[in-house]
Amino acid sequence: MPGQAEQTQHNEAQLERQAWGTEDRMAESAGPGAARLRGLKSGVLTALVALAGAFLFTTLVLLVTDVSPLAAFQLILFDAFSTPIKRADMIMLAAPLLLCAAGLTLTFSVGLYNLGIEGQIVLGAVFAMIPLRLLPDLSPLLLWFLAFGAGALGGALWALIAALLKLYGQVSEIFAGLGLNFLATGIALYLVFGPWKRPGVASMSGTEPLPEALWLPTLEGLRLAPAAPIIALLALLLVWIVLDHSRWGLSVRATGLNPAAATRLGVPAGRRLMEALCGCGALAGIVGALQVLAVFHSLVPNISSGLGLLALLIVLLVQWRPAWVLPVVLIFAIFSRGSFSLPLRLSIDSSISGVLQGALVLFALLARGLLRR
Amino acid sequence: MQIHIHNLTKTFGPLRANDAISLEFAAGQIHGVLGENGAGKSTLMKLLSGFLRRDAGEVRLDGRPVRLASPAEALRAGVGMIHQDPLDVPAFTALENFYCASPRAAMPSLSAARRMLSELAERLEFTVAPDSPVSGLTMGQRQQLEIMRLLACGARVLILDEPTTGITAAQAVALFAALRRLAAEGKTVLFVSHKLDEVAALCQTVSVLRAGRVVGTQMPVPQPHERLLTMMFGQAQPEPDAGAVSTTPVEQTPVPAEQPPVWQLADITLRQGALTLSNLTLEIRAGTVLGLAGLEGSGQQLLLRLLAGQLRPPVGQLRLNGVDMTGASMPAMREAGVHFLPADRLAEGLVGAFSLTDHAALLNRSRFLLDRRTAVAEARTAIADYDIRATPDTPIEALSGGNQQRALLALLPEWCAGLLMEQPTRGLDVTSAHAVWQRLLARRNAGTALVFASAELDELLEYSDYIIVFFAGRVSRPLARSELNETRLAELIGGIGFENARSSRTDAA
Repeated sequence: MPGQAEQTQHNEAQLERQAWGTEDRMAESAGPGAARLRGLKSGVLTALVALAGAFLFTTLVLLVTDVSPLAAFQLILFDAFSTPIKRADMIMLAAPLLLCAAGLTLTFSVGLYNLGIEGQIVLGAVFAMIPLRLLPDLSPLLLWFLAFGAGALGGALWALIAALLKLYGQVSEIFAGLGLNFLATGIALYLVFGPWKRPGVASMSGTEPLPEALWLPTLEGLRLAPAAPIIALLALLLVWIVLDHSRWGLSVRATGLNPAAATRLGVPAGRRLMEALCGCGALAGIVGALQVLAVFHSLVPNISSGLGLLALLIVLLVQWRPAWVLPVVLIFAIFSRGSFSLPLRLSIDSSISGVLQGALVLFALLARGLLRR
Repeated sequence: MQIHIHNLTKTFGPLRANDAISLEFAAGQIHGVLGENGAGKSTLMKLLSGFLRRDAGEVRLDGRPVRLASPAEALRAGVGMIHQDPLDVPAFTALENFYCASPRAAMPSLSAARRMLSELAERLEFTVAPDSPVSGLTMGQRQQLEIMRLLACGARVLILDEPTTGITAAQAVALFAALRRLAAEGKTVLFVSHKLDEVAALCQTVSVLRAGRVVGTQMPVPQPHERLLTMMFGQAQPEPDAGAVSTTPVEQTPVPAEQPPVWQLADITLRQGALTLSNLTLEIRAGTVLGLAGLEGSGQQLLLRLLAGQLRPPVGQLRLNGVDMTGASMPAMREAGVHFLPADRLAEGLVGAFSLTDHAALLNRSRFLLDRRTAVAEARTAIADYDIRATPDTPIEALSGGNQQRALLALLPEWCAGLLMEQPTRGLDVTSAHAVWQRLLARRNAGTALVFASAELDELLEYSDYIIVFFAGRVSRPLARSELNETRLAELIGGIGFENARSSRTDAA
């Protein structure tokens, strides 16, 4: 039964992509202008339905809990822009999301649902800690490079395990990913409470903080480390070029849509699967390194903070089109940062932004499905 | 059940697949629907059976307007369709398939279903064992099962889409007898085909579609073949005899004996499921066409997939162009110039959501970054060369079966050492099939070794230099075309006098 469920999901993802491709291209035969117009029209329509549905639903939730929806939405939508500090935080939230979502467009294209991204972030963080702990005397710049490199390596290796299980063990990447997530958390916990514990007491708050010289430099008075958004945007650009404009990307998509036909046409389908998964793992590993260097300044058990899961939600919206990652990630980051002010100002939990984000994705999928009929 | 179709219209993007179609089919008769590939036959039948929704028009059954919004709704209204590839659950047994989708009123229990299945099978003289898994049935048996299931669900209109493709001659005879019986009982049968003989033999009326429109309405059978062909193809009517069609036929020169072998098989034994090919020793030379004949599932597919590198022989040796490639993978074989064209084009042939441009870009290995302009130009060339009805940007899955097959061929590299094909002209009309074969023969004359499996005796005899007959896993020696005629070939396929055509070691081809 689980295999079947996975198959169904896989097929749905395929149908989804096929349907979109069909729509776009059929329109194209009537002229490129008309195609763009039609694509735009259905895109705008989807976005409108998604936004309307999500806000309506969230309004209902707020009304039930006796909170003024207007006040809440004002915070969620605009509070992220109200002060430089909040703007900086919003960007620091968007950067790792960008990296994860960019990576997940790779795995989505090859037809995989990389649930293991959370574990890949954790392993990235663990690997990033290794040069930081072993070679504390190197220059910070060199150490940062080493930490990011090690993080990418760790994430990619963790993803490679899932890929090998998929290719040679016939294990679904969803189940492998779930299992590996637990394993990764276990490793982090073991390190925090075992070999890497703080002198004296082990604590959930993590390992001994890094020396301040090793923290990624931030802008004066803000928590914004400029390196984070720069790395994220570069990664997104790279993924966009590779996926949308290279033969490698085309062969990845061919593998995702029809592995048998792709193999017949000369695409090494198994290798593409592995490359896409490891690429995603590497980007997730960089996120892990960022969390260590710029956010927590130590290894904490919950180092991924659910970023990978949120990115999975985002990729449900953008699917294989990396060009859409940036706007959607920004919207999600704005909502998340904006909702941090909810407990303080309206004494409701900040998780209402999660309701909004989840509803947004569900309504977008619904709109897409209805438009297709 | 009487069917009235009025102004039925269905468009796919800019394509009007069915354009204001009006037809009437009387109850108790078998009605043929003819048309070349892409004429709109399948679309019309899918509209009637609820697999597609109409854009405009009306359908009335026994005078009552019906909506036909889904296959289930169509079946409740009494319309059932048997697809070219039966839509069943391969992992289930025949009985489970029969039972699982039936309305509870018809079959209250599994034992009632079993009774019903055996009654139906007896009445229609079908041979489907209730407890055999569907994955072990032949295409013909799966079709029979599907017919019985639809009847049990209350279908009073049966639609059959190219039902004789891929089934044996004996099964076709049984099918025709059953259809006649059903018509005599008052059922309406719609028989979609492009085979004129079958329509002449089976149907009471024939209607012809061309380019989405009706060009011949419920004409009584028999009709002169020339008249039907004119209707199907327009005024520029091709000869029904494929050999005389092209103005510049590719010459079928006798193969010079000194051509080097492409494949050499030595004592190969191959197993899959219940089927074993043993001690296979064979040479297939460059510049020859080798036809594989036999009932479906007699071992032809095994040989094709062995030659393509999809199956690894546990015993024996396979050499390609003189190099030992035993157990080489499909990519390795492809690298060495062996290309495989599967029968199921969308399942393992091409990427359905990709356009010809995408495919061209995928195959162009020159640069890392995509060169859209070159790819579009290549797609345009393919479209012009192979007369594919598509734009460079139409997704493959939106093309008709014949056009998909042409796309498959158009995407082959300029030169291949060997070409392996399952049913190369399956679903193609006469003209398309002929055009495809002219190109294949041109490749043969350029030195490619062609191996193809086909269920059509004409095709095998027309185009093969040598034919190997498969009978229940046993393999004949390569028989020169001059040794065979249609009767002899049909006998061999049925196993009559098979031992004489066998010989342990041959290297004729």
